[in-house]
Amino acid sequence: MKRASKIYTVLIMLFLFAPIAILILFSFNGQNSKTVLDGFSFHWYEELFVDTVTLEAVRNTLILAVIAALVSTVMGTAAAVGIFRLRSKYLRAALDTVTNVPMINPDIITGISLMLMFAFVGRLMGLANSLSFWTMLIAHITFCLPYVILQVLPKLQQMDKSLPEAAMDLGCTPLRTFFKVEVPELLPGILTGLIMAFTLSLDDFVISYFTKGNDFETLPIRIYNMTKKPVTPKMYALATIIFFVILALLTLSNLIDSDTDKAIKEAKKAKKAKKAKKRNTVKEAKT
Amino acid sequence: MKNKNPLNRRGGLIQRLALAPYTLWAVLFIVVPLFFVGYYAFTDGQFHFTTKNITDIFTTTSRIKDGDGFKEIHTYLVIFGRSLKLAVISTAICLLLGYPFAYIIARSSARTQSILITIIMIPMWMNFLIRTYAWMTILQDTGLLLNGLRLLGLNMDNVHITGTETAVVIGMVYDYFPYMILPIYSIMAKMDIKLLEAASDLGCNGFGVLRRVIFPLSLPGVISGVIMVLIPSISTFYISKMLGNGLTTMIGDVIESQYQTNPHFSSALAFILMVVLLVAMALMQRYANKRAAA
Repeated sequence: MKRASKIYTVLIMLFLFAPIAILILFSFNGQNSKTVLDGFSFHWYEELFVDTVTLEAVRNTLILAVIAALVSTVMGTAAAVGIFRLRSKYLRAALDTVTNVPMINPDIITGISLMLMFAFVGRLMGLANSLSFWTMLIAHITFCLPYVILQVLPKLQQMDKSLPEAAMDLGCTPLRTFFKVEVPELLPGILTGLIMAFTLSLDDFVISYFTKGNDFETLPIRIYNMTKKPVTPKMYALATIIFFVILALLTLSNLIDSDTDKAIKEAKKAKKAKKAKKRNTVKEAKT
Repeated sequence: MKNKNPLNRRGGLIQRLALAPYTLWAVLFIVVPLFFVGYYAFTDGQFHFTTKNITDIFTTTSRIKDGDGFKEIHTYLVIFGRSLKLAVISTAICLLLGYPFAYIIARSSARTQSILITIIMIPMWMNFLIRTYAWMTILQDTGLLLNGLRLLGLNMDNVHITGTETAVVIGMVYDYFPYMILPIYSIMAKMDIKLLEAASDLGCNGFGVLRRVIFPLSLPGVISGVIMVLIPSISTFYISKMLGNGLTTMIGDVIESQYQTNPHFSSALAFILMVVLLVAMALMQRYANKRAAA
């Protein structure tokens, strides 16, 4: 059984990574071929780094993702706090349903529905181009928001309710309580939400495709336009760089995770030891 | 009692203020756009009410070659059927391949678990356009697979993989495979191993444990995995275009190709797709509830 699982794992890994390995291999190809390897060169990387359109697309993607992630994190965190304190059951159910819509709906429908509305409003306002950077930003914030809310809500449920109450009893204003007491408690959820929103925005193609203006191209849309024509290994070079960036980021986050895990475990141990010591001293005092 | 505390009442105001921007945003950019899909689906170019877009989907026919003669088919019904078929096949393959793998991960040591999950997430984070294109490199007529077989001396001139439904299914399975593994794994990792031991102690054989204990417990993970694979596969438009060479038109392709020239017809297709998915998910939820009750 043990052996069978190992073989199965290796087969799955082959299936998952063989296509990526092929991309990486051919990105170093000496000639313009995607089937015959001929020599080793950095030619396609050199071409990539002088391709101003692609470089601009990278910059655009980052700008869009940073703004979308920040806006959706701030709005989503506030929304989670509001939803958590909501007393009306019906309002809560309605908001939960609406929040689920962008996550369950196929991207193509989210994209088309936003596009239809933008086109309609643009026509009413007599605009020649109803789609622009701003419509794409609105779309990205919209599909990021539910993920932020879903990350922050559980942290609110886990939080000790007496903490903010204590702060207010001691004279903190509600706003001050929120920033000084609640935000630090919610921080892990808020950060995860921020990172999720950022990566979702970086990676999105379908919704961007329907809501994009003519003057703002993101990296996925650039890749789409590249694959419409016969592709040179330049795109493989791009894919290779993306792969190693992801690999580095995931490894880093894994290391940080295991570090915090260790730190938490050690802190717990220390706490236990302290308690035991206290108990002992109390016992000694009694005797 | 809650409202007697003035501090809480002030908190109530802040709470309403905190929720206001999101509520406004959700109404404007989630709810209203969905109404626009319905509005466009039931209007013509001049925004007069019509059901023609919807009826066209069910009645439009086209003639295709069938052996020596021709035959009439319902164009869009065939496309809907194909989308459903390919999506269901891909989802089933993902489930069959992914379920044992999720189990293997969940049963390994904590360190191996986190490493394997990280590894699975790497392709997930690469853009699906790149992943799909990688398969095109492998599967196309002069691609690595067929050229490799040619090197072995086989005649591959009449063999085509891209342009077939098989190629589209391979692409969908590859692109969405991690979405199946992750939810099943996260349920299985929380499963109490004592239950499995108890079952086998009480005389259940390996298959019995799987059927009577493991599978029912993992059902919520299976359902979210199925939803997460089924929905993007049924609505995809890039995979079928790249790997199907335009020969395996799916519903997403039609929506995408017509949304600029005829947004009303595109919306009608999107509207029907939404209804089909809602019904499918309701049925799945009912099945899950029944199983949970039984």
